[in-house]
Amino acid sequence: MRCTGSTVLALVLFVTYIGIGALSHDTHFSLAWALTATLLVWAGPAQIILISTLGSGATIVQAAIAVTVTAIRLFPMVVSVLPMTRTPTTKRRHLILVAHFIAVTMWVECYRFLPQVPRERRIAFVHGLGSGLVCIGLTATTIGYLLAANLSQLFAAAILLLTPLAFLFSTARNSREVADVVALVLGLLLYPVASLMHSGVDILVSGVVAGTIAYGVHRWKARA
Amino acid sequence: MSDFIGDWHALLVLLVAGVLPNQIWRMLGLWFGGGLDEGSELLVWVRAVATAVLAGVIAQIVVQPPGALASVPDWLRYSAVVAGFAAFMLSRKSIFAGVVAGEIVMLAGKWWLG
Repeated sequence: MRCTGSTVLALVLFVTYIGIGALSHDTHFSLAWALTATLLVWAGPAQIILISTLGSGATIVQAAIAVTVTAIRLFPMVVSVLPMTRTPTTKRRHLILVAHFIAVTMWVECYRFLPQVPRERRIAFVHGLGSGLVCIGLTATTIGYLLAANLSQLFAAAILLLTPLAFLFSTARNSREVADVVALVLGLLLYPVASLMHSGVDILVSGVVAGTIAYGVHRWKARA
Repeated sequence: MSDFIGDWHALLVLLVAGVLPNQIWRMLGLWFGGGLDEGSELLVWVRAVATAVLAGVIAQIVVQPPGALASVPDWLRYSAVVAGFAAFMLSRKSIFAGVVAGEIVMLAGKWWLG
C-alpha cells in the first residue's frame, strides 16, 4: 500500500478516472454502471471508448469492436509482465488476478517495482498494488461523477480535458524506444485522416497503419 | 437507489461490450504468454500498434470531443494540448506540469472568450 501511495502515476490514474466519472455522468450512465466498469473493465482508454461510442448512439456490436481493438494493447502487457511474477511452482490459475490488474499504470509500475521484490513474493505484491490502484480508481470515478453533476459547463469541460492530457503525457514518458515514439506521433496524426472514412473502426485503421510503420522504423534501425 | 443502479439493460451492455472484450485479451495473454519471448519481433509490432491505437483515442477525444468539452472551440482545445506538451517537455517530462499547463490555457481561453 505504501508503494500505491508513492507513485506519481497513481495521481495520473486518479485524474483519469475523475474524467471517466464525469464522462459517464454526461452521457447519462448511472453511478453504479460507472463503478462496475471501473472494477471489471479496469482499463481507462477502453472505458472512455465504450462510454463515448455508446453515448453517440453506436450499436452494442460497434462499441464491442471498438473496445476490443483498444484492449489489444493489454495482450502484450500481460505477456511481458507475467514472466516477471512466475516461479517454477506457479500455476496458471494463480496468475488470473494478476492478469486482471494489468493495465497501463500497473504495467509501468511492475517494471519499476518488481525487480526490487523477491520473486516468490511478487504475486502478492501485484495483488496489493492492484487492489490499491483499483480503490483509487473507484474513489475518483465517484468524485468525477458527482462533480460533473454539480459543476458548470466550463469546469465539466476542464475535467473531460484531463483524460487526453494525462494519457498523452504518460504515454510520451513511457516511450523509450524509437518505435514507441514514432507510433505515438503517427497515431496522433493519422487518426484525423482515418476518421474521414467514417468506417466505425477508424481507430483500428490508423493504429495498425501507424504501428506497422513504427515497426518498420524499428527494423530499419536494427539493421543499420 | 434506482437512480444509483440505473437500468439493468445498460449493465448488460457493459458486460458484453466492455468487460468481455478486455478480459479476452488479458486471458489470451495469460494463456499464450508463456510461449512468447519478451523481445520477440511479434511483440514489438503488437506494442507499436497498441501505442498507436491509444494515440488514436487521445486524438479522437481532442478532435471529436464528447459532452461539455464540445463547448470549447477547436483552436482552444488544440492550443491547450500544445501548451501542455511544451510544459511537459520543459519540465523534463513532468506529467503533472503538462496537465496543469494544458488546463490553465483552456480555462483562461474560455474565461477570455466570456
